[in-house]
Amino acid sequence: MKKTEISSEVQAFSTEAEAWFAENTPAYPDFMLPLTFMEVGTDQQFDFLRDWQRKVYEAGFLGAAWPKAYGGGGLSQAHQDAATAVMRKRKVPIMLNAIGLGWAGPLILDMGTEAHKQKYIKNILSAEDMWCQGFSEPEHGSDLGNAQLSAVKDGDEYVLNGSKIWTTHGHYAKYMILLARTNPSSANKYAGLSFFLAPMKIDGIETHKIRKLTGEHGFTQTFFTNARIPADGLMGAEGQGWKVAMQTLMYERNAKGGQAGGTFITENDPLEILELARMAKRGGEPVLKDPIIREKLVEFMIDAQAFRLNAARAQIPPLNQDCPQAIPLMSKLIHTEYTRRINEFALSLQGAKAGYYVGEPNAIDDGYWHRGYLNAFSATIGGGTSQIQRNIIGEHALGLPKTR
Amino acid sequence: MSQFGQIGFTEEQIDVLNGAETFCRDHAPIGTVRALITSDLGYDDKVWAQIGALGWLGIAIPETYGGLGLSLTEVVPVCEQMGRRMMASPFLSTSLAAQALIVGGTLAQKSKILPQIAQGKAASLALSERNQAWDLTRCDVQARRTQGGYVLTGTKTLVLDLEAAEWIIVSANLDQKACLFIVEKEQILETAMRREILIDETKRGWEWVLDGTEITEEACLDKSKMDAAFKHIHLTATLLFAAELTGGAQACIDYTVEYLNTRKQFDKLIGSFQALKHPVVDAFVEYQKARSLLYMAAFNFYKPEQGEVATRMAFVQADKTLSFAADRSIQFHGGFGFTYDCDAHLYRRRAIFNTSQYGDRHYHKTKLADLLL
Repeated sequence: MKKTEISSEVQAFSTEAEAWFAENTPAYPDFMLPLTFMEVGTDQQFDFLRDWQRKVYEAGFLGAAWPKAYGGGGLSQAHQDAATAVMRKRKVPIMLNAIGLGWAGPLILDMGTEAHKQKYIKNILSAEDMWCQGFSEPEHGSDLGNAQLSAVKDGDEYVLNGSKIWTTHGHYAKYMILLARTNPSSANKYAGLSFFLAPMKIDGIETHKIRKLTGEHGFTQTFFTNARIPADGLMGAEGQGWKVAMQTLMYERNAKGGQAGGTFITENDPLEILELARMAKRGGEPVLKDPIIREKLVEFMIDAQAFRLNAARAQIPPLNQDCPQAIPLMSKLIHTEYTRRINEFALSLQGAKAGYYVGEPNAIDDGYWHRGYLNAFSATIGGGTSQIQRNIIGEHALGLPKTR
Repeated sequence: MSQFGQIGFTEEQIDVLNGAETFCRDHAPIGTVRALITSDLGYDDKVWAQIGALGWLGIAIPETYGGLGLSLTEVVPVCEQMGRRMMASPFLSTSLAAQALIVGGTLAQKSKILPQIAQGKAASLALSERNQAWDLTRCDVQARRTQGGYVLTGTKTLVLDLEAAEWIIVSANLDQKACLFIVEKEQILETAMRREILIDETKRGWEWVLDGTEITEEACLDKSKMDAAFKHIHLTATLLFAAELTGGAQACIDYTVEYLNTRKQFDKLIGSFQALKHPVVDAFVEYQKARSLLYMAAFNFYKPEQGEVATRMAFVQADKTLSFAADRSIQFHGGFGFTYDCDAHLYRRRAIFNTSQYGDRHYHKTKLADLLL
């Protein structure tokens, strides 16, 4: 097919998406929706978002580039990207099943068996089966390679003992992507790890909700006590768990394509904060007249512009020759830190009203920015903290020696 | 945000980038850069002749005037790569002077001078004065009408490459309005020039006493185009200085990383310590943003409002990046960083100079706030 034909097809698909989302995007409900997939704290939010994801999938705008045989749309990545762009532009509600769509799904399509693909992919897209991720442990967070949850083979099953923590959607999930230790005595800690697709709704697995700094719920600690999972959920060979986990983290850090599409977080638009700055007063004057506030706003606009352009430049090889992997590697660090900082700045614009919190009728935007700031830490900590991200960029992009 | 412009590139730009990368690397190793610092001229005239022969001075000059008929979009990579290697030459000054003529010159001026610049002749601008503070249209230098021309009085400062230039575009007040005039090399009295001591020792700047300089009627640029010319000079300088800063940031980070990868303390390579590693990564992240913004500015430079916003944004980011990267580079080289032999100060000095001439990042952020808020 010629390039022009593809792009006209994609254009048509994009137009179709525009029309569909204009027609079908639900009105904002009478309860607050989560800003990110990590913040689903109530059944009300969960049900609303699950219905929404199913609707988007059934309309063909989610998983459009995944194979038709497994429930995808069988179209090109460009089609899905076009639909995702419409969702981002219209700020439609986020896709709920983020771990499935962004992590487990791409991994299963990359290296799962035919049976795995048949069993899991469609229900990931429809949000019928929720997925969660079992990487961090109470004693091993940033030092993920030292994870200790034990998996012992017994016939055609593995027996799990130990605990995982910060499990987003742990309470709702039917399946987990799990990093477990199959060999406790390997000389190299990484070589003792294996990676599993594991069922959650079985005997021996219990989830305990954890209350977040915002006061909401949103993730769990997950306890495994002689829980038996099928051995055919092993991804890769025993001992290759670290490699597989790193591959999923590459999906998570946007450094590798293959995600089903849709948005998992509501992105801050710097122009949105301008509205806040236009309304806010200080000493009877609009804060927009304050030169320090003006300078800060311009800095945020430059940053927002820069990472939008980084993504575009990453697609232009001649402008990346010195270090092609640099931009994908730093994207998580840049985005999450920006989100944290701009939300924090939004609070400083609110004067005395910054003292209110979600639920207070006098709070500006019902505490949207407060919640945004506190929740922003979930992304600067989760998926490898910003400090770990800097190690990764330093070691992998700049070739600096490892920090141990 | 997309109304601020997309990043893009031209095939010619990539060709120039690849050519400039190799040329500057080969002709400006750090030993040469340091040797030229101590020379009178400040640059290698053989290399300058090669730059002329390569046609880089004519990149943004229209074909009618003997140039390649491209644009500043394709000049940016040259300045970026020269800045990266700290290659000294009158290239930036000459490019700016040519731009002043392209936008503000008369047909006769353009026809006479631009083809010679495209062939490799140097030119410069004399805009700065002691009390000017980055507003190019505030001149104390006066142009007085005489029979058949003008006579200039007053003093210009920080005139880059004055010695090398065949023509200097001088700003002066005529009837209370800033105007641009061409002074030719032969009209400059040697006694009127004093070489200034600049923080960036790779550059050459002069104080120039204009008193009594007589020029003809034809030396005045097109008076109806002065507003556009001053604005164009300001934005072009901002763009090209940003390119130098961005290129410098890349080299400065590379230089620091190399040290962190070889120097040992406490039996470990110091790059393994996060107190050093993380700030270098931060500099690298800022550099990547700077380069994205620079190439966006290069690509959108000629779009009326987008061009100005993009250019100022690119400068703000480039200033922030090299200033930080070079400051940390000095610190992270420890005792060696405090010596003249360490290259870190060369980058820090470059950043201070480049952000002093046409506005620093705070100035450009103020301008951006007025454009955007």
